[in-house]
Amino acid sequence: MVANVKDKAVIVGVGNTRFSKESGVSELNLAVQAVKAACDDAGLHPSAIDGFATFTMDANDEIEVARTLGVGDITFWGRSHYGGGAATGSLHQAVMAVATGMAECVAVFRALNGRSGHRFSAGVSEGVMTADIIHWGWYMPYGLLTPASWVAMFTQRWMELTSVTKDAFFEVAHATREYAVNNPNAFFYQRPFDRAEYDAARMICDPLQLFDCCQESDGASCVIVTTPERARDLKQPGVSVRGVAQAAAADQEQMTSFYREEFAAIPEMEIAARNCYEMADLTPDDIDAAVIYDAFSPIVLWQLEAWNFCGFGESGDFVLDGALRPDGRLPTNTHGGQLSEAYIHGVNGIVEATRLVRGSSLNQPAKDVNHALVTSGVGIPTGGALLGKLD
Amino acid sequence: MNEAEQQAFEQEIYAFVGEVVYPVTPAPDDVNESMIRHWCEVLGETNPAYLDQDWAADSARGHIIAPPAMMYVWGQEGFQVTTGRAANAQSNLVETFNRHGFTGVLGTNVKQEYFREVGVGDNIAVQMVIDNISERKMTSRGPGYFFETLATFTNRDGETVGTQRFKVLKFIPQEQPAAAASDDGKLETPTRIASVRGHDNGWWWDAVDAGKVLIQRCTSCQTLRHPPRPMCHECQSMEWDSIESTLDGEVLSFTCVRHPQVPGYPKDPICAVIRLAEGTNLVSNVVGCEFEDMAIGMKVKGVVEQVDEKTALPQFYPA
Ligand SMILES: [Zn+2]
Repeated sequence: MVANVKDKAVIVGVGNTRFSKESGVSELNLAVQAVKAACDDAGLHPSAIDGFATFTMDANDEIEVARTLGVGDITFWGRSHYGGGAATGSLHQAVMAVATGMAECVAVFRALNGRSGHRFSAGVSEGVMTADIIHWGWYMPYGLLTPASWVAMFTQRWMELTSVTKDAFFEVAHATREYAVNNPNAFFYQRPFDRAEYDAARMICDPLQLFDCCQESDGASCVIVTTPERARDLKQPGVSVRGVAQAAAADQEQMTSFYREEFAAIPEMEIAARNCYEMADLTPDDIDAAVIYDAFSPIVLWQLEAWNFCGFGESGDFVLDGALRPDGRLPTNTHGGQLSEAYIHGVNGIVEATRLVRGSSLNQPAKDVNHALVTSGVGIPTGGALLGKLD
Repeated sequence: MNEAEQQAFEQEIYAFVGEVVYPVTPAPDDVNESMIRHWCEVLGETNPAYLDQDWAADSARGHIIAPPAMMYVWGQEGFQVTTGRAANAQSNLVETFNRHGFTGVLGTNVKQEYFREVGVGDNIAVQMVIDNISERKMTSRGPGYFFETLATFTNRDGETVGTQRFKVLKFIPQEQPAAAASDDGKLETPTRIASVRGHDNGWWWDAVDAGKVLIQRCTSCQTLRHPPRPMCHECQSMEWDSIESTLDGEVLSFTCVRHPQVPGYPKDPICAVIRLAEGTNLVSNVVGCEFEDMAIGMKVKGVVEQVDEKTALPQFYPA
């Protein structure tokens, strides 16, 4: 079988920076110069770009390049690994993305101070200055060092804007824990808790207390993905990816998008949701159950809003009505979530969402689960997927 | 404590090494059967060599002996210690530690050695000196020093019966995880984790070192941006200058980072996103108020302060 991507992607602009032994500027500076030059060559404004492909070894974060250029929302980024082999690999990523409609305009770039900065000949060493390290430098000196501290900053403001209280956080944590109690592989198997225990747990970063935070776990999760044709020949009922999307919204930072006009928001997840629903031709009413990334209890609430199960600020009432429970509107995190099963970076969530569609969750809802949602983390460039029964 | 202060302090404590805590002091009671029996009862000791006169009479010794571990018992001060002890070199040393913040105390180990048996009717005298004081150590309890007393027990003839070494850790109780000691074992006072400085952000941090908070400005369209980046996101100009912020601001959100506690940071720092009067946002600390008094929308005023030996940072106070 030959992949049919013929004529589905075309190179429309090229650009180079000055080549030298001592650029005297940052690698980010080089990257945006090259991308801008290619845009000019193509006659495009930078805001036309909605995807990037580069090397894993590139020191520039795509989101930082995007913010710097004024690109706006991006819906695709793909990195190719393994040094110089990534040159055509990056192009391949871009072509696939365009051919499949994941992005309309992908900038393939590579920028490096390979002589004046980190030299390959120097080998792997300490002291490599990356965009990531510079990014964290805006927060580390003040003590804002952990995911809990960054999410707390969002949470405090979101509570102020919505008047949602910790009653809703507890409901998320408690519904999740009740599922874990039935799951022998969950850390909190047969270990229920109550409001008094939740309230008595230590404060981590106000307003997040211990049981608002996920665990730290050892473990691994895997899902095998194949073609529909092949899937029909296999033993288990197929679970089809109806829709899948990535998104980074404008002015995105990694966990610290504090510079947006209103930062108590996850516009990137809204984009992912919109695109997933559109791709799958589904609406929130079609979704029967969910696995919603729960590194912290409040982020489940924000995602319920982003995925349009309720409006902005309504997620508190939504969950307090019992929506996440076995007989509720949207049984959620039925494996016990990352709060109470294990923190395997969300891949355990994909396993559980698959089981929900197969009908084999340990906490399988009584109703038919035709479609399940699974999401990625919050506060970062993120995404989600809608799974359904293979026709 | 800086290096010079630490040196002066160490000079003061090391002067105690060799100081006599107790001169040779005979026990108030001679070794006697009653006290041996009481001690053995309390400890559940049943060895007939200590307790059974008939058995002992038939033994190689021909008489009972005192349990060697009792050597420290004979010289113990009586009930009057409940009303206090006279000052001595050890209490003066402890007081010196306490004055410099090493208020924590932990007996870490006792080592007794026995050289000679003791029979009923003998008298045990004890002499104690401060034998040694360690270098400054970083321990899991906090930075501190181990000091060791050496007690020497002698019989009526002045022969050494045994010795006892008692090691005590005096430390600064830590409310935060202990910092790592450097290779030479000297304590390095931990400082906050600094930002690295590159082409695009170094100038901003250099300005903070000079007491100013700057905001990058596009010289083409005048748009302000923070954190600094090499291109204007509005007009793509790469020409820029900066303005100095007045550091008048308003809290957009905040948190108190209670866990984990990190060496080099104050306990429970309040972090906030602050909208500066100029219109850009800045993440910083709010100091000078209790967490309970924090509120979204509160007005704050910032100033660049030296927060530790190595770090200057903007810090905000309620306006
Ligand atoms: Zn501009």
